Amino acid sequence: MNETALVIETIIKAVIVLSVTAGMGAFATWIERKVLAFMQRRLGPMHVGPYGVLQLAADGIKLFTKEDIIPQNVVRPIFMIAPVIAATTAFVAMAAIPFFPEFTVFGYTIHPIVSDINVALLYVMGVASVGVYGPLLAGMSSSNKWSLLGAARAVVQMLSFEVVSGLSVMAPIMMIGSLSLIDINDYQSGGVISWLIWKQPLAFVLFAIAGFMETNRSPFDTIEFEAEIVSGYATEYSGMRWGLFFVGEYANMITISVLVSIIFMGGYNPIWFIPGAIVMLLKVSFWIFLFLWVRAAWPHVRPDQLMWVCWKVLMPLAVINVLITGIVLV
Amino acid sequence: MELKDFQNRNIAPGYIFFEGEKKPQNGWESFKRVVKRSIKGELFVGLWIVFREMIRFDIHTIQYPAEKIEMSPRYRAIHKLLRLFESGNERCIGCGLCEKICISNCIRMDTHVDEKSRKVVSEYTINFGRCIFCGYCAEVCPELAIVHGSDYENASEQRAHFGLKEDMLTPLDEFKAKNQKEFPGFGALSDNADDLVKKTPLAY
Repeated sequence: MNETALVIETIIKAVIVLSVTAGMGAFATWIERKVLAFMQRRLGPMHVGPYGVLQLAADGIKLFTKEDIIPQNVVRPIFMIAPVIAATTAFVAMAAIPFFPEFTVFGYTIHPIVSDINVALLYVMGVASVGVYGPLLAGMSSSNKWSLLGAARAVVQMLSFEVVSGLSVMAPIMMIGSLSLIDINDYQSGGVISWLIWKQPLAFVLFAIAGFMETNRSPFDTIEFEAEIVSGYATEYSGMRWGLFFVGEYANMITISVLVSIIFMGGYNPIWFIPGAIVMLLKVSFWIFLFLWVRAAWPHVRPDQLMWVCWKVLMPLAVINVLITGIVLV
Repeated sequence: MELKDFQNRNIAPGYIFFEGEKKPQNGWESFKRVVKRSIKGELFVGLWIVFREMIRFDIHTIQYPAEKIEMSPRYRAIHKLLRLFESGNERCIGCGLCEKICISNCIRMDTHVDEKSRKVVSEYTINFGRCIFCGYCAEVCPELAIVHGSDYENASEQRAHFGLKEDMLTPLDEFKAKNQKEFPGFGALSDNADDLVKKTPLAY
């Protein structure tokens, strides 16, 4: 294949990944409102379109047409670029993620991954942790105490969970011997029994908890918890700049769901008669639902509790897990 | 039961006094507490409860402009002046009791004697800017003429709306269509009262 074709193919893939995940993220806001409403015996949005499906269109129109307020004492360029960083890193992380098994269209085999790099997992986690610059810069440039507290919490939270997610994912990597997500997926091709969740249950739980922290979802949404710090780093934002943070959060949710599905839950390998793509969609949907479910059920934790649980409980467990895996492998 | 049994309010059979969880005294105890809380799985009870509510789909939302709650007869909303069922004449005899009892002084009426030498009300107004909807006027009325309706949607452009006699009096065409409902009186039960009865959770 010549260079030009590769460039065009990659650009097309990138556009598709960006638009589809952004669309799914927008749709997930409607799903979230509906699921939370049903769990609280409410109906949720009902008026715009059938069962409120078009609510996301209404929200989009509102966000796009709302005045983009830049308050007086903020650091203008940083204040304006911060939401872009948050959204961009969330989408850039998806470059190394294989969403579906490869398929053939018009005799042309398509790999549904923007670029298959051999350090994919490292890349995804690295880009995801760069994403903390969004909240950090937003909070520090906003000249608002709540925003500043949100930024401080974002950094504290990032330092805590990155250690846990890095160490917990170490054990599966030791077993597989590759950082490529496609290799990780192929390692589990022997049906449900070969899923890594059975061999590495502790790592799975730790990685899932770290995933909740990484996406700022309840019960670990300390950095934008309304009851304590108004809206955290996003307090001063309005209109589409706030919307970019929102899109970034939902893109992150999708990334984490796909990651957990690939690393621990067998990825896009077909189960019995169900094709791999459907399996993947089901797994990702389950994880998105789990994010919403947990938000409806569980109370928040304080930042000090979050640090306590990360450093004193989860990190030792992750280290022990790595040790045991190493001993077993040797 | 004697009087002293009633006076002793604290001790009832079945009450459990809970002092609260004991605080861990040393590192080992707090470690045990962490392990106990982690393994107990109370978090999953929470997950199950919200999931059960979602499955049951027992939605309590009333989609307001489309659906409305049926108000209880005890509800005191904007007043109505009723007509006599037999003749369609106004029930109000202009006795002035409501004007007299009104504690916020918001009822005013003008009366005159008509050609049949009966006392009739020529004008009857309630200042809804002042009315506190206490219900005394309806309670004191000897003819069940002024009653509380159940129209709670009383937003308007002017304060004077709803408060004039022609607003409150049942219109003749409505009356002829037999749309005037008898006021069941204070303390009356709503039509679906039986459905709303629940067991008291306290077994005294």
